[in-house]
Amino acid sequence: MQVTLTVNGAEVSREVEPRLLLVHFLRDTPGLTGTHWGCDTSNCGACVVLIDGEPVKSCTTLAAMTEGHEVRTVEGMEQGGELDPVQAGFMAEHGLQCGFCTPGMMLTARALLDANPDPTDTEIREAISGQICRCTGYTNIVKAIRWAADHPAAAPVGEES
Amino acid sequence: MATVESPQERPIGYGRLTRKEDPRFIRGKGTYVDDVVLPGMLHGAILRSPVAHARIVSIDTSAALAHPKVHAVVTGKDLEGLGLHWMPTMSADTQAVLATDKVRFQGQEVAFVIADDHYSARDGVELIDVEYEELPVVVDARKALDADAPVIRDDKEGKADNHIFDWEAGDSAETDAVFADADVVVERDMIYPRCHPAPLETCGSVADMNPVTGKLTLWTTSQAPHAHRTVYAMVAGLPEHKIQVISPDIGGGFGNKVPIYPGYVCSIVGSIVTGKPIKWMEDRSENLMSTGFARDYVMHGEIAAKDGKITGLRVDVIADHGAFNATAQPTKYPAGFFHIFTGSYDLQAAHCKVKGVYTNKAPGGVAYRCSFRVTEAAYLVERMVDALAMEMEVDPAQLRLDSFIAPEQFPYENKTGWTYDSGEYETAMRMAMEMAGYDELRREQAEKRARGELMGIGISFFTETVGAGPRKDMDILGLGMSDGADLRVHPTGKAVLGISVQTQGQGHETTFAQIVAEELGIPPEDIDVVHGDTDRTPFGLGTYGSRSTPVSGAAAATVARKVREKAKLIAAGMLEASPADLEWEKGRWFVKGDPEQGKTIQEIALGAHGTAMPDELEGALDATCNYNPPNLTFPFGAYICVVDVDPGTAQVTVRRFIAVDDCGVRINPMIVDGQIHGGLAEGVGIALMELIAFDEQGNCLGSSFMDYLIPTALEVPDWELGATVTPSPHHPIGAKGVGESPTVGSPPAIVNAVIDALHETHGVTHIDMPMTPARVWAAMQGRPEPPQ
Repeated sequence: MQVTLTVNGAEVSREVEPRLLLVHFLRDTPGLTGTHWGCDTSNCGACVVLIDGEPVKSCTTLAAMTEGHEVRTVEGMEQGGELDPVQAGFMAEHGLQCGFCTPGMMLTARALLDANPDPTDTEIREAISGQICRCTGYTNIVKAIRWAADHPAAAPVGEES
Repeated sequence: MATVESPQERPIGYGRLTRKEDPRFIRGKGTYVDDVVLPGMLHGAILRSPVAHARIVSIDTSAALAHPKVHAVVTGKDLEGLGLHWMPTMSADTQAVLATDKVRFQGQEVAFVIADDHYSARDGVELIDVEYEELPVVVDARKALDADAPVIRDDKEGKADNHIFDWEAGDSAETDAVFADADVVVERDMIYPRCHPAPLETCGSVADMNPVTGKLTLWTTSQAPHAHRTVYAMVAGLPEHKIQVISPDIGGGFGNKVPIYPGYVCSIVGSIVTGKPIKWMEDRSENLMSTGFARDYVMHGEIAAKDGKITGLRVDVIADHGAFNATAQPTKYPAGFFHIFTGSYDLQAAHCKVKGVYTNKAPGGVAYRCSFRVTEAAYLVERMVDALAMEMEVDPAQLRLDSFIAPEQFPYENKTGWTYDSGEYETAMRMAMEMAGYDELRREQAEKRARGELMGIGISFFTETVGAGPRKDMDILGLGMSDGADLRVHPTGKAVLGISVQTQGQGHETTFAQIVAEELGIPPEDIDVVHGDTDRTPFGLGTYGSRSTPVSGAAAATVARKVREKAKLIAAGMLEASPADLEWEKGRWFVKGDPEQGKTIQEIALGAHGTAMPDELEGALDATCNYNPPNLTFPFGAYICVVDVDPGTAQVTVRRFIAVDDCGVRINPMIVDGQIHGGLAEGVGIALMELIAFDEQGNCLGSSFMDYLIPTALEVPDWELGATVTPSPHHPIGAKGVGESPTVGSPPAIVNAVIDALHETHGVTHIDMPMTPARVWAAMQGRPEPPQ
């Protein structure tokens, strides 16, 4: 079957098997390997992408279900040469270690801040509670998202390191 | 516009510094094994045993081979023709690559299907028909040596039982005497249950055998690429210089990526057979069911005290190693470093016995964020000390303070053969108590208890032994546990450091650059750290057992100092001065008494290729070294955990966690704190949630994240960290290693807290981990659940 969707603002169209999962579609077709495959059961959230602005686990979403929808992946966070404040925050607060859960965590954070620009720490923890980070123990992820809330203007690329 | 970090804030050397790794990760531009795509690449998938113990009667692959997208199916019989159906384990046992005679655990590898894509390879797996003749199963280590237990390893000639090894440390008679003389003796049975490192990235590989050059390139999830390369050379008979092992970005390891798994070998064989690159990535269930588990120690501990001080400790362990003895630890120590179970106390005697057995469970026994069974040891001693304090009716903090090894006793020889390098235990303990507000917490607990609320305060004080290790005592498969480093400073003063260890998130690219920066004064951003590629880095044993900083970090500092000394000679030539007249300040050599007369390290780097270079010196500013640690390092820490237990549901909430760690000198405090945070969360998981259990038929009950529960942001508190710094006297920069301390130290603190919450009101003296609501509830009703 043919599926046509928008990925990071660009239209992508491809013939797919009906069973093809969105995570594999994104990784294989546009080659967006920032979306990771971690658990198969919707528990870990390494595969989270935004569909029409909402965080969704792409390991349990069929590519076919996204026909006509807008998908945003980690590769779409940096805009016009500027990091998303969430990306800058993760770096500033050491919100990542191995980097495997990071794309999904950052996209969930983006969706949270879009809906609630000034969340409490508890609201941040609740927002990311459908995802697992095995490295950071979460404290610095909470701080990273807090940093992004406190610095809504994006950090210029090149000044992050 | 907000910036992450201004240039003025960036240290040239030690200090808080954002990571060099991060720019690629925050953009989703890391390269993990599954991101490697090669032209013509095919995909592999493994058929696994659905049963825990069975004889293989027949394997029919014809339907799979008829699938239009399947290229090949490899079985154990095919491998037998190549002599590759068995492979050596890290413990010099053997493990089946693909089963030929029997399957010995649920999830064991039976066949490997190669197809156009991942989905078709899975289709092929479904089409293979295996006939099994089921055999009796033993999953309880305590029954593995029963006369009627099925013999699992009948592949080994003459093997008539499931015994692997007996090992002991300490002096048995001396310990008996100390116990006979004791005022108080307490016993406890406890299990450190089977759990799993479960890194978010599962294990996998991409093998590419070039049929023309005969060179094998293997991208793989390995914490020890050099050791793996050597093992592949030994096993497969491939010449070692024709093997390149690349560990690219690794999505967490925690010990899970130390062993060599059958899937890696199958991908290599598949590439040889098909002449094409083969990718194999396991799924989550495969990861949890078949790869290196951790712990699974059944322990009986006894502790003795006299005159209010701990005097002796005795422990008897049955170690469940699963169907193949694939534990990764130094050869001399089949129970790893369990004999550090004497902990932080000045004991008069100690003795341990460990018996290793086979069961119909997955092989492994890897150290899940742990230096070779240090975690089991710390848990045992810290639970026993609390049990003793309970019996003596003394405060558990006070009993520890009264029994610590004193600062002036270091270097300290313990009763089981270790020489602790340095320690200031009381300082760390008092800092933790101060941060926690210990006395106030005890008052709050008493008030709450009066109201029927259940609050517990748990303490643990751990000493680890990490950084394996001295070559004369420590090897894996004959490979001494030293590590190499090479450092080249380019003519323009930019440097490349090659190291033999590999990062899985620990931030080596940053930390190791900072080590060199501290020694040479070259900014960290001018130093590229190369790792995880055997063609580009010197030999060494890899990252596990908190050994990167203690061993490889020492190598980096040593090689930088060699470069600094060479730079001195070059500078002397450039300045027309005697080397003896030069003095170093960070980043430059100058003439004593005439500071204007000097050369920066960058000027010297160019001079190393210039005409003023002294004739007796080789050109280029570079050096290599291989660091053989003189001893292990002994990080320690004081942890205090505050829990609330819901009287109605028995749900345990970790309200506060105070961690004071002493890992010696801290290179990047931000990264150190991050390591501690992560390890503490894993400790909460182990104590409360994580369990690989089995039913009587050997079915794995922890085979997905639906069943194997890992803490989310809602199950862990905001960590409260403190630090003391007691440098290691024998380490070039005084660092001790930190990655595993929090996972070693936190589980006993959490269990001690829960017992502390329930003992007075419910008479509970012990609950085995994970302390799920069901288990805690049963214990509160006086019906402790039998350990699994």
